[in-house]
Amino acid sequence: MAKEYHTINQIAGPLVFVEKTEPIGFGELVQITLPDGSTKRGQVLDTSDEVVVVQVFEGTGGIDRASGVKFLGETVKMPVAKDMLGRILNGSGDPLDNGPPIIPEKRLEIIGAAINPWARDNPQEFIQTGISSIDGMNTLVRGQKLPIFSGAGLPHNDIALQIARQAKVLGGKEEFAVVFAAMGITSEEAQYFMKDFERTGALKRAVVFLNLADDPAIERLLTPRLALTTAEYLAFDLGMHVLVILTDITNYSEALRQIGAAREEVPARRGYPGYMYTDLASMYERAGRIKDKKGSITQFPILSMPGDDITHPIPDLTGYITEGQIVASRDLHRKGIFPPIAVERSLSRLMGQGIGPGRTREDHRAVSDQLYAGYAEGRDLRGLVAIVGKEALSDRDRKFLDFADAFEDRFVRQGKDEDRTIEQTLELGWELLSMLPLDSLTKIDRKFIEKYHPTVKKK
Amino acid sequence: MATKETGRISRVAGPVVTAEGISPRMYDVVLVGELKLMGEVIKLVGKKTVIQVYEDTSGIRPGEEVVDTGAPLQVELGPGLLSSVYDGVQRPLPVLRENQGDFVSRGITAPGLDRKKKWEFTPLVKKGDEIGRGAILGEVPEGNIVHRVLAPSDAKGKVKNISSGNFTVEDVVGQLDSGYELRLMQRWPVRQARPYVEKLMPDIPLVTGQRVLDLLFPLAKGGTAAIPGGFGTGKTVTSQQLSKWSDAQIVIYVGCGERGNEMTEVLTTFPELEDPKTGKPLMGRTVLIANTSNMPVAAREASVYTGITVAEYYRDMGYDVSLMADSTSRWAEAMREISSRLEEMPGEEGYPAYLAARLSEFYERCGRVKVFSGGIGSISVIGAVSPSGGDFSEPVTQNTLRIVKVFWALDSKLRERRHFPAINWLTSYSLYSPILEDWYRKNVAEDWNQVRLWAMETLQKESELQEIVQLVGSDALPEEQRLTLDVARMIREFFLQQSAYHAVDTYSPLKRQYEYMSAIKRFSEHAKKAISLEVPLERISTLPCRADLGKLKFEETIDADLKKVTAEMDKQFASLGG
Repeated sequence: MAKEYHTINQIAGPLVFVEKTEPIGFGELVQITLPDGSTKRGQVLDTSDEVVVVQVFEGTGGIDRASGVKFLGETVKMPVAKDMLGRILNGSGDPLDNGPPIIPEKRLEIIGAAINPWARDNPQEFIQTGISSIDGMNTLVRGQKLPIFSGAGLPHNDIALQIARQAKVLGGKEEFAVVFAAMGITSEEAQYFMKDFERTGALKRAVVFLNLADDPAIERLLTPRLALTTAEYLAFDLGMHVLVILTDITNYSEALRQIGAAREEVPARRGYPGYMYTDLASMYERAGRIKDKKGSITQFPILSMPGDDITHPIPDLTGYITEGQIVASRDLHRKGIFPPIAVERSLSRLMGQGIGPGRTREDHRAVSDQLYAGYAEGRDLRGLVAIVGKEALSDRDRKFLDFADAFEDRFVRQGKDEDRTIEQTLELGWELLSMLPLDSLTKIDRKFIEKYHPTVKKK
Repeated sequence: MATKETGRISRVAGPVVTAEGISPRMYDVVLVGELKLMGEVIKLVGKKTVIQVYEDTSGIRPGEEVVDTGAPLQVELGPGLLSSVYDGVQRPLPVLRENQGDFVSRGITAPGLDRKKKWEFTPLVKKGDEIGRGAILGEVPEGNIVHRVLAPSDAKGKVKNISSGNFTVEDVVGQLDSGYELRLMQRWPVRQARPYVEKLMPDIPLVTGQRVLDLLFPLAKGGTAAIPGGFGTGKTVTSQQLSKWSDAQIVIYVGCGERGNEMTEVLTTFPELEDPKTGKPLMGRTVLIANTSNMPVAAREASVYTGITVAEYYRDMGYDVSLMADSTSRWAEAMREISSRLEEMPGEEGYPAYLAARLSEFYERCGRVKVFSGGIGSISVIGAVSPSGGDFSEPVTQNTLRIVKVFWALDSKLRERRHFPAINWLTSYSLYSPILEDWYRKNVAEDWNQVRLWAMETLQKESELQEIVQLVGSDALPEEQRLTLDVARMIREFFLQQSAYHAVDTYSPLKRQYEYMSAIKRFSEHAKKAISLEVPLERISTLPCRADLGKLKFEETIDADLKKVTAEMDKQFASLGG
């Protein structure tokens, strides 16, 4: 039985200083009993012969000098079990859904060890999300971490939900699961997610962690790690393909900054701690595949860029760790296009490994290159039209202009429940490309044009 | 080695641990706690020792043991380095996986060199020989090369005995009169540059067989180059081409803080590459060091030093080594992080004030030198920089560009246009050209430099003309300027574009590069003359020799073809009536 100390000598912000203890391990879990009998939990932040500094998860309100402090002798562990599928837990991993307690099959350290680079397997299995602007232009593969860079007021939640609903691997009949970690989102947003999970039956194969906006900020640092530990168990112990949605990384980073400031650390860029890069990497890098293991972890972190600024430290550092990004566009959203994915600013760095014959289709790369080029040219022309008017354009230019509009209107735009196969996406791409003069399709091999071009192939 | 001292932990605050009861030197390695986590001494205050631990310190408590190893961070040097895959502190990743599974857990160590493997040792010194620092004791066949076993720096005296046969790296292969035992393996502290006799001018090119690099932006043996490491610019292919084709015998690739999935690409593609010179696997002369962004930050900081120390060891055998550091920005990031944990006063953008000094110290460890074993060796470094938000004015890029002499500007726009290698000819530069000029004159052609300057000038003119063309269209230009555009196009499409996947085109010897560019230059001169005689440009650019010049680079018989086409060219221009 752990000893209880009543030797608090200082409380500052979220930190409690305890004196005259026996040797306490760094990172140990702490239970503090308040005079009214309620308890709070915390973690050891700094331990020495003289004093132990405890960071309290639920805030220090109500703690007095006489409160009892108990060190639990172990670091934060996550009890995991297959039964967690279908459950809703709070940001600390306790059930919120009035269901039975979870009987753990294993208790795992939440600070995951790094995957040995030698043990990693190349991610190359195409995931069909049913969203053309992702599947066709920024293809996702299993084991990838692909964040959604969004902004306040954009429907990134809907995009994430649609991906969670529709994501599948072609031809495969494998077990898959969704792990959803909410960090500091409003209860309204949380309910929106929950409702959708219930509506579509996705909840049965999901584990949900909710740290809401009014939950302690410090708990936000735990939530994604609990979620990822669960995901690792499902993926690498049980062989499931796990999709992890983390929202919102910006709230997480704010919490990191808040705690850093409370610890009086020297801040780096914009007040965020200097170790934010490593800290974010320790989450994002928990995606991937492992040789000789069936399962995989694919991550979809969502982050709202403060002021839509992509060079802000949070998106900037994220972009250096993740394999690309899906950028949500305010312009498209204003035009009423859903999903408002800015194809030209989005990127999937693992796309090349996941497409082509045997994975998607032989013409995928060529079609996507040509769509990119055509859309870019059409967008450039919009600027010109604003100055000289559409009449001044050549016939060829007008075709490109129309192409860009049609691309947004038909290729990017789709219904929230519209699940397009990769064939449908590519066929749609060809249909749009047929609006352009044949001799401008320079990025596509002759043989693909003869095989797939709607007006050429009939002849 | 100094005796090991034991003390106790008095404080743990994240990766920073304070200990009492030991009196180590700065930067000595200590083993912390019952798990024996590796750490480095970073500060001495009174009787207290402040330690930066390389791994996560969760669960470590005051009172646990601290062992001072009495030596700074070292690497093991000896046969067995080649074809290894290490983390930042020389732990072999395949061995770690075998021992403890798919995740790198804490406190585990595995020796850098295989202790069981036996190597066939042939002594090159005999009883009674006087040996000194860096002498070659003998040879061991390793991978695709001969590993020269060097005397450690403290081995001096007469050889008492030495034997040939099969030995492990720890076996004693001989003794000196003083009783000093000679082994195949030695250790070296990574933060300390290995000594050499003297530094030489980098006046020999590192021949890469890549036309745009060799002719326009050459790197010297022992030189330094930077490439912007943005993704999708073909950094991987470029570094693989350099590893395969450059005339460095040893290749070292340091993946420092890169993405796990990207590192996987390197780790899976490299072992499949073939060494074109020997037909053996390229790994037989390669060392890979991989430290992804979520592996301990201190090990990431150390990884670059581990890499350069291994490079220096092979250099000391008289080899030419090329080292790719990918990416130095992540390395600087690690410095920034450690510095902020130590609560040091930050410099620009939170980087420590010593960033520039560390970077220049590192780059200064390369060079072409006379080594103690008698020969000449070199280390050429190619450092990738990945400026955040593509902003080249940030401190890491700026400090790097101030030191390195070559900049190969990989350009994603060129990649989009399928121009490979995607090296921008306008923004790249090499400061080695004048130093290397003599070598090219003696070894390739008297007018190498003139040809080079002509090509650069033509490309420069093209970019100026392009601005006009965008405004008024190319039809508005006079014939002579349109000719310049056409010739520049030939340079770009025929000469600069080179396919890494084509059997003939993938490697171009210097002589051929010279002949090829000379032929284009000759075409240009002929054409200029023809235009002055009022031959229309259409007739010139439709001459069969122009198209032939473009096609011949894919032919086995390219060298003979070049001569033929040049002779043809003279005839065809003569027939224009010029």
